[in-house]
Amino acid sequence: MKNVMSNKFVITLYTLPALLLILVLIYIPVTLSGYYGFMDWSGMGEMKFIGLENYATLIKDNMFWTSTWHSLQLAIFSTASLLLYLGISLVLASKIKGSDLLRKIYLIPMLLSSVAIAQLWMKIFDPSNGMLNKFLGFFGIENTPIWLADPNVALYAIFIPIIWQYAGFYILIYYAALKNVSDEVIEAAKIDGANAWQIAYKIKLPLISGVFKVTIMLAVVGSLKYFDLIYVMTGGGPNGASEVIASYMYKEAFKLNNFGYGSAIGFGLLVICLLMTWLTSKLTKSKDDDVQY
Amino acid sequence: MKKKAFTAVMSMALAGSLALAGCSSSSETSGDSGSNGDKTVVKMMHLWPEGSANAQYSIVDDIIKNYEKENPDVDIQTEILNNEQYKEKIKVLSASNELPDIGITWAAGYMQPYVDGNMFAPLDDVLEGGLKEEFVPGTLEAFTMEEKTYGLPLELNIAPVYYNKEIFEKHNLEVPTTYDEFLNVVETLEKNGVIPITVGNKDRWTGSLWYMYLADRIGGPETLNNAINRTGSFEDPALVKAAEEIKKLVDMNAFVKGYNGLSNDEAKGYFMNEQAAMYVMGTWELPNYTTSPDVAEEFKEKIGYFKFPTYEGGKGNIDSFVGGPGVGLFVSEASKVKDESKEFVSYLVEEWGKRSVTEAGVIPATKVDTAGTDLAQMYIDILDDLGNASNITLYADVQMSARVADVHLNQIQALFGGQSSPKEFAKTQEEALAAEK
Repeated sequence: MKNVMSNKFVITLYTLPALLLILVLIYIPVTLSGYYGFMDWSGMGEMKFIGLENYATLIKDNMFWTSTWHSLQLAIFSTASLLLYLGISLVLASKIKGSDLLRKIYLIPMLLSSVAIAQLWMKIFDPSNGMLNKFLGFFGIENTPIWLADPNVALYAIFIPIIWQYAGFYILIYYAALKNVSDEVIEAAKIDGANAWQIAYKIKLPLISGVFKVTIMLAVVGSLKYFDLIYVMTGGGPNGASEVIASYMYKEAFKLNNFGYGSAIGFGLLVICLLMTWLTSKLTKSKDDDVQY
Repeated sequence: MKKKAFTAVMSMALAGSLALAGCSSSSETSGDSGSNGDKTVVKMMHLWPEGSANAQYSIVDDIIKNYEKENPDVDIQTEILNNEQYKEKIKVLSASNELPDIGITWAAGYMQPYVDGNMFAPLDDVLEGGLKEEFVPGTLEAFTMEEKTYGLPLELNIAPVYYNKEIFEKHNLEVPTTYDEFLNVVETLEKNGVIPITVGNKDRWTGSLWYMYLADRIGGPETLNNAINRTGSFEDPALVKAAEEIKKLVDMNAFVKGYNGLSNDEAKGYFMNEQAAMYVMGTWELPNYTTSPDVAEEFKEKIGYFKFPTYEGGKGNIDSFVGGPGVGLFVSEASKVKDESKEFVSYLVEEWGKRSVTEAGVIPATKVDTAGTDLAQMYIDILDDLGNASNITLYADVQMSARVADVHLNQIQALFGGQSSPKEFAKTQEEALAAEK
């Protein structure tokens, strides 16, 4: 076995499928979309090379920066909601009654497809017949909001199902990490007279900080690329009020047949993602990190 | 050593499956079109699969069989995909200049790139000799570019105002024929807590229908068309006036709450649940009010329709409709069997026209003789109205190029939502249209 694994040929052979897949599915398309960004191309017919024109338009494009701002808001928002998930996991992990059942309940939204979640929440947000406004009406509120139709509210209204959607995923990660904190340390702290709050804050959190940093990264990058729920619920509307980078890219490339510019937006998104990843890892870095990205 | 062989086999299998996944499967990919033995092969692609559009599929299938019987030297081979896949495949085929001999296209803005790329054959010679007169006026025009017709429309839809008779009776309302009467209806309904009009303006073209009707009734059918084809201006007083009327309706609470966040299907729900009294939509909705087995009979009986009322002092008349042809047939310019294809296309259009309403509930673009058919009354009425139509204005977003259409639709949403004033609404579109030429 040892012999086989030190054979260069075998190593190449083993890594080849994964390497091929990642090349064909990730790196080649990324390079290509950067290349298409130099073209005036409708997605069919001939391509025309126009140099940096698409990228120059991109930098001056208000709609692109508006959608970038929306994506960043989502990133900030989902990072903040990690604290909420962490709080819930701390409670769940502390051996309360029914924590198993609760954990399963939190996990359910993760099992639903995004489109199903979007349909569900569109029903909830329906201005006249929706559950939410019926509920508000029950308490005597007359001018109930119109949620997804209001340009000032639509984006934030969509954030709610997004928190709900990802709750299960992050709670599961935190729960597993917290379960890994060894009982001896906690017991020792208890003997020293630490209360539950101190145990959580001084013992558990530092011990899972590596996991926490990973989840911040996941939340930031995931939010920047976020597309599906927004696309189904508002399509970026009304009037671009909930447009994010990915939905704007889709609209340009596929709805307006402007593949070249759509590719340039996609490339812009990649650059923003890389920048944010770098920034996040800078901000969360500490000396004794064992996880590197 | 065994292990080595195993990995080799595995990685080859993986690579193989990758290569396979790249190929798409299609139902029928027999050789090149042209002669096949002693038969002339004509390849046709359409978008009515047996499963999801059985009625249309059967009609086309039947027509092909009859044609082959009458012309034993012709063999028509079909490839059938559903709507979205069809659009994708046509795009790919056109990129490599391998369009089928006959296929389906959409009107105006959609077919522009194909016509510009010289991919569709002009069909004017087919229309000579009486076929042209068979079409409802205004339908062929949507497939005409620079005086040449590149497609023969198969479907036609207009958008009447559907209304709930029971709600109208309950509030002692009559069908409005003038816009003032219409406003009165809206006001009465609103006062009594009924949603006067439901519109799913998240989809935007839905609100465009309302705007187009007002523009037509106030400025006559030419004003909006001229603004779009650049012989006129979008800042024409009539077009601004129409936008002001929309704003007035919005201020009157005429539309369902949160219309800008509702899709057409959600908005339709309000009409089907009898929460809203009126709904403007294409005649593709007719089955829901007549033949569809999924809708309760009592509901169908309550639904009627009326023509959009006339505007006092306006130039448009009540027999002018907003609407347009749906899909049409094209013949590929690169086809090797162009003559045979053209012959079959004209045969197909005529036969389709005789059967599509009665068998599939699809109103054809050719004139229909309603005598002696057992069609639902609402179909007969609509067909009669179509026969008497003074004009059919093609949907504005279909007339425009994709980019201008996007501006138009966004402005419709902004006008309904109060983010654009009627003046800004007109100005933004004028600028977009002017920038195009």
